[in-house]
Amino acid sequence: MKYDIIVSGVGGQGVLSISAIIASSAMQEGLSVKQSEVHGMSQRGGAVVANLRLSDKPIQSDLIPHGTASLIISMEPLEGPRYLSYLSPDATLVSSTNPVVNIPNYPQLDGLLAKLRELKKVVLVDAEKIARDKGSAQAVNMVMVGAASPLLPLKIETLEQNIRTIFARKGERVVDINLQAFRAGREAAQ
Amino acid sequence: MPDTVLLGDEAVALGAVHAGISASYAYPGTPSTEITEFLIPYSRKHGGRPHASWCANEKTAYEEALGASFVGRRALVSMKHVGLNVAADPFINSAIVTIHGGLAVAVADDPGMHSSQDEQDSRYYADFAKIICLEPANQQEAYDMTREAYELSERFHIPIMIRLVTRLSHSRAIVRTGEQRAENPIKKVPVAGSWILLPSHARKLWHELLLQQTEFRRYTESCSYNTLALNGSRGGLGVITTGIARNYYLENVDELKVAPSHLHIGAYPIPLEKVRKLIDHCGTLLIIEEGCSFVERMIRGVIPPSIAIRGKESGELPPDGELTPDIVRAAVGLPARQGVELAGLQLPNRPPQLCSGCPHAETYDALKKALSGYTESIVTSDIGCYTLGALPPYNAIESCVCMGASVSMAKGAAEAGFHPAIGVIGDSTFLHSGITPLMDAITANADMTLLILDNETTGMTGGQPTILPPSRIDKLVLGLGIDPNHVHVISAFRKDTEKNASIIRKELEYHGVSVIIAVRECVETAKKKKREALAEVTK
Repeated sequence: MKYDIIVSGVGGQGVLSISAIIASSAMQEGLSVKQSEVHGMSQRGGAVVANLRLSDKPIQSDLIPHGTASLIISMEPLEGPRYLSYLSPDATLVSSTNPVVNIPNYPQLDGLLAKLRELKKVVLVDAEKIARDKGSAQAVNMVMVGAASPLLPLKIETLEQNIRTIFARKGERVVDINLQAFRAGREAAQ
Repeated sequence: MPDTVLLGDEAVALGAVHAGISASYAYPGTPSTEITEFLIPYSRKHGGRPHASWCANEKTAYEEALGASFVGRRALVSMKHVGLNVAADPFINSAIVTIHGGLAVAVADDPGMHSSQDEQDSRYYADFAKIICLEPANQQEAYDMTREAYELSERFHIPIMIRLVTRLSHSRAIVRTGEQRAENPIKKVPVAGSWILLPSHARKLWHELLLQQTEFRRYTESCSYNTLALNGSRGGLGVITTGIARNYYLENVDELKVAPSHLHIGAYPIPLEKVRKLIDHCGTLLIIEEGCSFVERMIRGVIPPSIAIRGKESGELPPDGELTPDIVRAAVGLPARQGVELAGLQLPNRPPQLCSGCPHAETYDALKKALSGYTESIVTSDIGCYTLGALPPYNAIESCVCMGASVSMAKGAAEAGFHPAIGVIGDSTFLHSGITPLMDAITANADMTLLILDNETTGMTGGQPTILPPSRIDKLVLGLGIDPNHVHVISAFRKDTEKNASIIRKELEYHGVSVIIAVRECVETAKKKKREALAEVTK
């Protein structure tokens, strides 16, 4: 089994925390994991990407080859399509529909989303709305993990357990909001 | 010991801890920063052992590590590739002294220039200094090699370089760790003169280092990091990989009909006997290395080779940028894989930019206002977040060369007759390499203005504390003997822009050295402090 995931977004959106939750869940299920991250200059509001590789065999490259990724999770609608050349022809793009407009030539949003809907396999989620409905705009990351979860080769219980562990320090209420965000994201994607 | 998930950088850090280091020194620089980011909290949690700290720059960091070695303790010094330029003086000379306590130098190169101004390859430095260089291919090797570096350093009495690259430094994987070794006892260098590089001593020590090269080669011929597998009949394809290039090769090799012969190099000097064996067996040689064509150029030499050699020099691999599994795939002759296509979608780039609310943005506004009356001006700048002021909408700076060059270049331009000449430098860069050129400028009373952007942190690398607290920068500048009437501390708030612009303008008109320090805390650091304070309360 091999499952490669590209997680994309804009610096500061939490690409690394999404990646970390999936990675730790995969390890608990006994898989090998490699997670390549972007640190430094690009994190300042630029395009950010993580390469997350899960496998039941040893993993060689830290980077995912073209045409082989099983999934792209994008925190932002413009950032996902940058990596389509990495996506295996029958694999899925899961993207938030909420744009981060910090460049002057950002494309018109409706046109961009319409274009993304042309893809053979795509899941678009209004992550900000779902997160706010569940009590905190900050829970968008867990909405996106939820939206990707039906496709991940991981048990729901393992993912939920990791969400509990990561947010435990911030108290029961924050744990609860993030679990609800995760479940609502999952529901929206199905 | 349990398995741990570590970044390549963290694997080096933990490897050094388990090898029994007593001290670790560094200046922040992507992609090496996470080594020390790991060690500082580790040290705090373990009663201050090993000592771990940030230093003014890579040169002071290196020399502090040398001090630890001098008294018999093991030490780690880490930096990014261009940091080794700053530390080149102690580095090269530390190969000549008789290293006592083990010394490992972790240098993180940045092929592809994700966060750097060049993609120099530190293996040339190791070769130049005539020391052993270990180049891990994965996180496990980063840990193992760092441990071994200390054994080698004490066995051969030289510093050992651990050469990292961005993709390994910033990638996480599971690492199996070993037992913690105790720190060395304190014991001064036993041989008098073995650290005194007077010419009469240095000649002898240099000669000894040259004689030792045979022993270094014997080690790299036999060590487990350099592996040779001869496959198939003679005359086939042979592949040499170095460092993480092996991962990209192994990612593809199973699809080849005939498995090539393969030499992997993880320890230098290059194992020449193994290279010769491979060349004897093969008809064509492909050399895949991350960084410069270091091994390839050495093997090619100037005499035409007996077999065909392919690599960066001959164009089968790109001479610049980072390797990827797909680039290596093409080089071994496999067809490209197709991904998903979406025709007709415009994807504008999203370059990094100053954060919303960044104090640098306000200072750049004030500077542009102050310069508005001049038909021409020059603004030299430096390395940090504020370098992003080169991009629209600011377009505020005109140079970024190396740490501290903003100050010296402004002086040079002023003395060449250009007016107004302005240098713009961050607080951490100023403390790293800006003080010495400012001394030059003050002594010459050069007709220039220096703007120090004091955001109270080392911003670009993630907000490490500066080596002196911000409140001391003006005192430091005054201590250099500058006319106090031409030193100003201003606050980088939007409401003060007009006032700040007029102060800058006035100093541009003054024909001597002026220093203006624009102070306001980095918005990211302020947020981070708030988060940490909150975490402390809810603990």
